[in-house]
Amino acid sequence: MTAFSVATAAYIVAALLFILSLAGLSKHESARQGVTYGIAGMAIALLATFILVVDVSDTLGIVLLLVAMAIGATIGLIRASKVEMTGMPELIALLHSFVGLAAVLVGWNGYLQHPVYALESLERIHSAEVFIGIFIGGVTFTGSIVAFLKLSARIKSAPLMLPGKNYLNIGALVAFVALTIWFVASPNIWLMIIVTLISLALGWHLVASIGGGDMPVVVSMLNSYSGWAAAAAGFLLSNDLLIVTGALVGSSGAYLSYIMCKAMNRSFISVIAGGFGIEASGGDDTDYGEHREIVAEDTAELLKNASSVIITPGYGMAVAQAQYPVADLVRKLRERGVEVRFGIHPVAGRLPGHMNVLLAEAKVPYDIVLEMDEVNDDFADTSVVLVIGANDTVNPAASEDPTSPIAGMPVLHVWEAENVIVFKRSMAAGYAGVQNPLFFRENTQMLFGDAKERVEDIIRAL
Amino acid sequence: MKIGIVTESVPGETRVAATPSTASQLIKLGYEVVVEAGAGELASFPDAAFVEAGASVGTGEDAWSADVVLKVNAPAEAELDRLREGATVVSLMSPALNPDLVDQLAARPITALAMDAVPRISRAQSMDVLSSMANIAGYRAVVEAANEFGRFFTGQVTAAGKVPPAKVLVAGAGVAGLAAIGAASSLGAIVRATDPRPEVADQVKSIGGEYLEVVVPDEDKEVSSDGYAKATSEAYDRRAAEIYSEQAADVDIVITTALIPGRAAPRLITAADVATMKPGSVIVDMAAAQGGNVEGSVPGERVVTDNGVIILGYTDLAGRLPTQASQLYGTNLVNLLKLLTPEKDGQLVLDFDDVVQRAITVARNREKLWPPPPVQVSAAPAPAAAAAAPAPAAEEKPALTQRGKYALVAAGVAVLFLVNAFAPAPLPQHFTVLTLAIVIGYYVIGKVHHALHTPLMSVTNAISGIIVVGAMLQLATDDVVIRVLAFVAVLVASINVFGGFAVTRRMLGMFSK
Repeated sequence: MTAFSVATAAYIVAALLFILSLAGLSKHESARQGVTYGIAGMAIALLATFILVVDVSDTLGIVLLLVAMAIGATIGLIRASKVEMTGMPELIALLHSFVGLAAVLVGWNGYLQHPVYALESLERIHSAEVFIGIFIGGVTFTGSIVAFLKLSARIKSAPLMLPGKNYLNIGALVAFVALTIWFVASPNIWLMIIVTLISLALGWHLVASIGGGDMPVVVSMLNSYSGWAAAAAGFLLSNDLLIVTGALVGSSGAYLSYIMCKAMNRSFISVIAGGFGIEASGGDDTDYGEHREIVAEDTAELLKNASSVIITPGYGMAVAQAQYPVADLVRKLRERGVEVRFGIHPVAGRLPGHMNVLLAEAKVPYDIVLEMDEVNDDFADTSVVLVIGANDTVNPAASEDPTSPIAGMPVLHVWEAENVIVFKRSMAAGYAGVQNPLFFRENTQMLFGDAKERVEDIIRAL
Repeated sequence: MKIGIVTESVPGETRVAATPSTASQLIKLGYEVVVEAGAGELASFPDAAFVEAGASVGTGEDAWSADVVLKVNAPAEAELDRLREGATVVSLMSPALNPDLVDQLAARPITALAMDAVPRISRAQSMDVLSSMANIAGYRAVVEAANEFGRFFTGQVTAAGKVPPAKVLVAGAGVAGLAAIGAASSLGAIVRATDPRPEVADQVKSIGGEYLEVVVPDEDKEVSSDGYAKATSEAYDRRAAEIYSEQAADVDIVITTALIPGRAAPRLITAADVATMKPGSVIVDMAAAQGGNVEGSVPGERVVTDNGVIILGYTDLAGRLPTQASQLYGTNLVNLLKLLTPEKDGQLVLDFDDVVQRAITVARNREKLWPPPPVQVSAAPAPAAAAAAPAPAAEEKPALTQRGKYALVAAGVAVLFLVNAFAPAPLPQHFTVLTLAIVIGYYVIGKVHHALHTPLMSVTNAISGIIVVGAMLQLATDDVVIRVLAFVAVLVASINVFGGFAVTRRMLGMFSK
């Protein structure tokens, strides 16, 4: 039994634990178990690798390893314990960028190490693997950085519209293929530098040209890329654990992005290709009529007399940090015997499942938090719908106006309810830049102001 | 401005264009309202109630000489002469079917607005009088049928024996059809419905009916672009006729509502179908006035066939609920006037840039404005529109055909095969592992609960930090550059591993039932 065979065995166990971990996360009941499996798998993998490193490395290498891991672990744990739940999307995007960066570095090392191969063909394959690893890693790295910047509002979230941007993307891919062939024929460091730069630029451009409204898809897509980056590193290092894990993450991330795209009725290809732009809507100057305003006291009155209430939150609730007062309001109403439920649109927020996390943070029981499909048929029997910081996801134009830029996107049918109260700062359009005819409906009333303050006003009035 | 509410002159008309409550809403818009004495009598709205609401009651002359005259039925020629110059008349007009009326209206210095020409767009729903009247008519059709039908609608098990529920077939699931389905199913009957537009299936189900789909092989689905049903194809008609024949023999009550705008009503139930029905069965032909969906129906009449089937061809179904119909029609008018009185100052303003206002205007000041330009309204995108939609990024690709999919799969498999066949070890092993892991990842993730997407993502994120393993191994070297790079890689990947798991645990800790 050598250190190597121990490591190989441990890797198989770790891979299995990772699969169990993902499977566990598919249900609330087993989710924590899933995380435990994941941590166990990671611990086993790290330990096995550590033994392997101790076996072959000098003391300095071991010390460096421990120092690097200690620093990384400290930063990671501190960030994780401090992050606000509303800041979750940014954190996850940032974490993705680390995997991308690590993949680029591992790729460079793969080139610098020059392992000796018996066959020339293996040598070539190694070169190609280095290139692919660096390319995917680079795209993930800068793409995630841009996503992070956009999500934390450090740069504007509007899509970047370079002329001929599709050609830029395709050009980068073609250049990558050409360079790979060249590099396989004659490896040299300049090609390495060029391909690194191209991949970084492509990652930047891909995500920069995707609008903020598509961020849930982008984040899960980057998640997928980070998996592929790990898998590519696995090929490079001949490490099956990396391949298995990377492929797991990669395919699951891709599938998740696909689900998101379907929820927004967007073409998967055009989103991952960084091409989904925002069209100026033709019907902007249409006269929709007038909206009606309501004050918090009247809303409270309406809620008191309601038999059932559905709350449809959106990104605005996250921005206003209104989840705690909302949870409070829900508790109060439930004590009065009002049936309260949440209707969550699949792309509400800036991260898949963002709203669920926020509501969970505020201790809203998860069995009253329902998906769009579960709740859509019930709006017609609902007395009051509270739309808190959502806009495009409750836009009736998506299902009624075929010329609308968001036509065909499945939306929450809030307008079917008896009364709709929309919490909004102003009459500005949503992320997709589309006016929302919901605001001008007969049964819709607008409650202007900061969502958190308004909800607190309602609680006081109750 | 003054609004006149006049008495309807058409014999048998029971409705009135305003009720006390809608009159008071009109007054709130800044208008003065004059009601012709006795106008609301048949709809159970006495003059006193109008006075109470703030309107004045006057003679026919007072009401007809108002600036705006609201009516239910289209004005007769003699009535048009009573209008003053520059007046606006609003009523049902069926301008598409009454070219003579349109010409007469256009010959005078008046403005004529047809309530039944409101386009079916969501913004105009509140003034869509065809919908509001159809709703009433559909309900009333069931009541009329129940009146003639000699049995319960609902099934019962009583001490005196078991009663089977009545079976009702509703042809056409438009507004009237849906109202009829709702009314019949709430009486307890088994309700089936047909409609050429497959998208109404859910609506039918939602109010308690069963949708009978006409399945026609190899045919484009009927996509309605203007919210109304269209004429159907031959193959479709053949199959539909079979369904009607089958159903006629089975059901007790048939209510037909099929209308195509501007055309004669389609013939759905033939005399042969009627002959197969059980004695005592009832047919309500709501399209009798437009030619009838049922062979043998007579507009406005009750007909009993030789085999004892009762065919009702009443054309005044909405008017048989005069109070309700007046209230809804009056509210439609109020909503229209709200649109036409943007300042709420009692001044009527027509804005032809608004599709609704343009669509209903039949004539203005001796100018014939019918027909208006078409309005596209349906939720279902027309096939042509999809192709024409500008797509700045990727061109809208046509969906892959079945054959194309097979070709792609075959190509993918071939590439995988070739790579593995020619690549030296250990590449094929790696590919085996990769392929299997992808498949596992896909299936494992397929059932994830929506609420857990964020934790899932942060766990997969933490797991993808496994790349740290690679970086760790690279630390075991003497080369300084490699060591530095590997050191950084281990550092950032560790942030990912530890941060990812920690944040997931924190998040899951919050999920509580």
